[in-house]
Order: sequence, then C-alpha cells, then structure tokens
Amino acid sequence: MAENNRAVLKLKEKFAASIIDVVEFRDEVTVTVKKDAITDILMFLKQSLQYNLLTDLTAVDYLGKKEERFMMVYQLYSIPNKDRLRIKTPVNEVECKIPSAIPVWATANWLEREVYDLFGITFDNHPDLRRILMTDDWVGHPLRKDYPLQGPDREPYKGRLS
Amino acid sequence: MATTETMTLNMGPQHPSTHGVLRLVLELDGEVITKVTPHIGYLHRGVEKLSEHRTYHQILPLTDRLDYLAPMSNNLGYILAVEKLMGVEVPERAETIRIIMAELTRLQSHLVWIACHALDIGAMTVFIYAFRERETVMEIYELISGARMTSNFFRVGGLSQDVPDEFIKKVSDFIDVMPGYLDQYEGLLTTNPIWLKRTVGNGVISAEDAIDIGLTGPALRGSGVDWDLRRDNPYSGYDKYQFKVPVGENCDTFDRYKVRLVEMREACKIVRQGLDKLKPGPVLADYPQVCYPPKESVYNSIEGLIHHFKIASEGFPAPEGEVYQGVEAPKGELGFYIVSDGGNKPERLRIRPPSFVNLQAIEQMSLGSMIADLVAVIGTLDIVLGEIDR
Repeated sequence: MAENNRAVLKLKEKFAASIIDVVEFRDEVTVTVKKDAITDILMFLKQSLQYNLLTDLTAVDYLGKKEERFMMVYQLYSIPNKDRLRIKTPVNEVECKIPSAIPVWATANWLEREVYDLFGITFDNHPDLRRILMTDDWVGHPLRKDYPLQGPDREPYKGRLS
Repeated sequence: MATTETMTLNMGPQHPSTHGVLRLVLELDGEVITKVTPHIGYLHRGVEKLSEHRTYHQILPLTDRLDYLAPMSNNLGYILAVEKLMGVEVPERAETIRIIMAELTRLQSHLVWIACHALDIGAMTVFIYAFRERETVMEIYELISGARMTSNFFRVGGLSQDVPDEFIKKVSDFIDVMPGYLDQYEGLLTTNPIWLKRTVGNGVISAEDAIDIGLTGPALRGSGVDWDLRRDNPYSGYDKYQFKVPVGENCDTFDRYKVRLVEMREACKIVRQGLDKLKPGPVLADYPQVCYPPKESVYNSIEGLIHHFKIASEGFPAPEGEVYQGVEAPKGELGFYIVSDGGNKPERLRIRPPSFVNLQAIEQMSLGSMIADLVAVIGTLDIVLGEIDR
C-alpha cells in the first residue's frame, strides 16, 4: 500500500509539513507536495533514495476544476531499485512559475521548455527558456484548456459532427 | 597576429542525414563543433491536444503517427495505459500476438536504423539489404492489419481481429532467415576499417551522464547501464519469455551498434518463443462496457451492431485517476500518462517520447568533434521526428 512505499515513508519522516496528499491508484503511488519544497524534495529523492532517472516532467491544466489551475507532474524512476514514483505540485495561475529541476536532473531542460511552450509556466533559473515545439513568435500556449483546439481566431470546437 | 572567429552554420531541416526535419545550428571553430542548437517542432501536429477531444478508442490511430517506423510499439504503449486505467485483462492469445508484433516492430525499426546510420556514414550497400528485409515485416503488417505503416491493429482488451492462417508461416520463415541476414550486415560492417574509424570513440557519453540527461533504450545500454523495461518491469507477459539484454562497455557509437544488433537477434528469439506459445483462443476480452464486440457478431446480429455503434460513437467512461505506462519501444522508454476525470475522453494525455529526450544529448555527445562525426551521432541516437514533435 501507499503508506508502506519506501519513498512515502522517508518523505513523511523528513518533509511531513510539505506533503499535501498521498494516493495509490492501480499500484502507482502519487505524492502531492507544496511548491516551495519541491527542489529539496526532488534533490532528496535523487540523492538519498536513488531516483536517478527523471522519466518525464509535464503539467496538467485543471481550469475551473481545481483551486490552483496547474499541476506539475514529475515521473521518477529508480534504475537500481526498478520502481516508480510520481511527484505532483500545484502551481497557481497568477504566479505561474516554479523552480527549475535542472540542478537535479539535466533531462529537465527540454521538458521544462516544452511545459513553458505549451502551458506558459515559467521556470526560475532555467538557462535557456525558449519555446521548443511552436515557433518563437507564437502567441498563446496550446495545451491550456482555454486555447481553442482549432487554433486562435476560430470557432471553438464543439465535438465531432459524425 | 592573426585573429580567428567562430562560424555559424545552419544544418537542416532538409539535410539528408537529419532523418526528417531536424534543424541544427552549429557553432564551428574551423571544422570543430563548439555549440549545437537543435530546432525542432516542424512536424508538430498537436497529438496531445487532439487526444483531449477524442474518446479512448479514437486516440489509437493518432499513436501510429508518432514513431512511424514502429507503429505497433506506440499502439502497445497506449493500449496498455488504457487497459491499466480500466483494469482490463487481455486474453493470452492476444498478448502473445502483441509481443510477436512488438518484437517484429523492433526488428523493423532497427533495420531502418542500421540502413540509415550506415548510409549516413558511407556504407551504402547495407541500406539496400536492410530495406529488403524491412519489406517482409511490412508485408506481415499488411497481412494482419491491411496497412503497411499505420497499422492501428491493437484494441483496448485485445486485437482488432485474429491473424490469418498464413501469419504463422510467414513470420516463422522470416525469423528463420533473419539471423543469416544479420550475419551479412555484420560481415559488411563490424570489421570494416572505415566503419570502425567512424564509430569507435564517437559520441562518447558516460553512464552517469547518460542517466542524468535521460537517455533510455539502446542508447543507454550502449553506455553500460543494464536496464530494460521488458525484463525489469515486465508488461504484457514479457516475464514468460527468455531473452538477453545486451550491454555496451565503451559508451561509443560502435557499442551502441553492437547492442542494437544483439537486440535484433534476441527479438528473433522472442518471436520464435511467441510462435511456440501461440494457441487458439479469443483475441478480445469479454468486457462489453469497454471492448468492441467480435466482428462476427457485428456483421450477423443487431445486438452486436448496436454494441459496436455505442462503443464507436460514445466510447466508455474511465474511472477518475491517473496512470503511467512505460514500454521498451525500439528507441527507448515510450510512456503514456493518462489523467482521467471520469469522462469518456482523457483530461490529459501525455506522451513521453524516447527520441525527444534522447535528442537532448546531441550537444554533449558531439562537442569538440567534426561535423561528419555529428552525422554519426544523429544516426546512433536513432531519432524519429514524428515522435519528437508529436
């Protein structure tokens, strides 16, 4: 169960005040933490618990569904222990920024550029925060829920006609 | 006193060795590379955005178009993620056929890799040979799914249809001859002095750096990290198969070449084991809320037709929650992360493309080498732009 997960036990010991929620679903453990402790937690997970591979870093837009609009998601993997852990942290729309994870894993560089490009979340201390998939002069962030599927200045998508 | 300055050179997006539409801006000191800035996104189609507006069954054809050299691996990763979310059990026959096809896909993808990689660095013959063998895999694709590339063959809960009778013989014949062809490629390359000059010591990246930059798949194993998702976090019944995981030592392009060749031989063995395991049985789970009905019932009964129509038009609601499923695609770890809010469409579908993350290592692997060596690095990373740009 989630309570017995090796990472959850250690995190509860060390960062008890920063943990918002621990969920287990389909044998996958997700820990939601507060944003101000994110770098410390990621660094601790990498250095002390051998989560040495940052598999993925992305964001989810919960427009109108959650109080804090964005959720950053870090998928971690430990090659020595062969287990996964998902860390999430909420990011609010007004501030819309989070510390970069590049000091912990170099992988984060392009993944954070992609989140910046498609969601508009900025990363503090990112050395090269440019758009990556869209062109440099693109306006808007396509993966936001309020960005129309068929592009800007078009009728909003109302579902497939078929 | 003479002064020197660096030169900026644009490479791509229409450069033959950039495998699609990759653009690199190079800073050169003479012919030595001092900086590489990749520009990607030329093939961006917004697959993740599109997926938020489609039902789970309707997303599957989009996944064919990610890594278009390995369509069935993409199908498998996505389908497994949805099955995990829905808690669907897949019949044994379907699982076995999935593994056979996933490994044939690995062969196909590696054949294109060896063909283009060799062509890029001057060994043209291999290209012709490897594409000849790839054609057989394409024929098998066509035999079972009707399409050579965009197969769209797997379904949530199993397969779209059972394979025809010729399938076993065709695959079996191919697996019998393939190791001999691999010997041919090795005869052309492994001891070829030009090949050795171009690959040994090229694109070196240490195991520690490789993990830090997020390399996965053969590119990581070439750096000596013994890790393969098929063995270490088995999915789709891979734990019932015996195979070796090759690992390199010198972290260079030549070792990654050797790793991929052994992977192709192991893929042949896995396919053989799969054929031996193949027994008659259903190929689609009996889970009417989620799965399509069998084709016979769609064509021959009104209930089946209504059932098909409901699943095709409405899809199915997924439980609220989130899942991540990673599979060992030919190019590395391909992951699908689905966030469901309880509706019949995903709230968010994130694709973790191996090529995107692997391409990030290009600067580290080519700094201080010549432009020609950069071409070898692009080949050894085995990138596909359809997957990078999504």
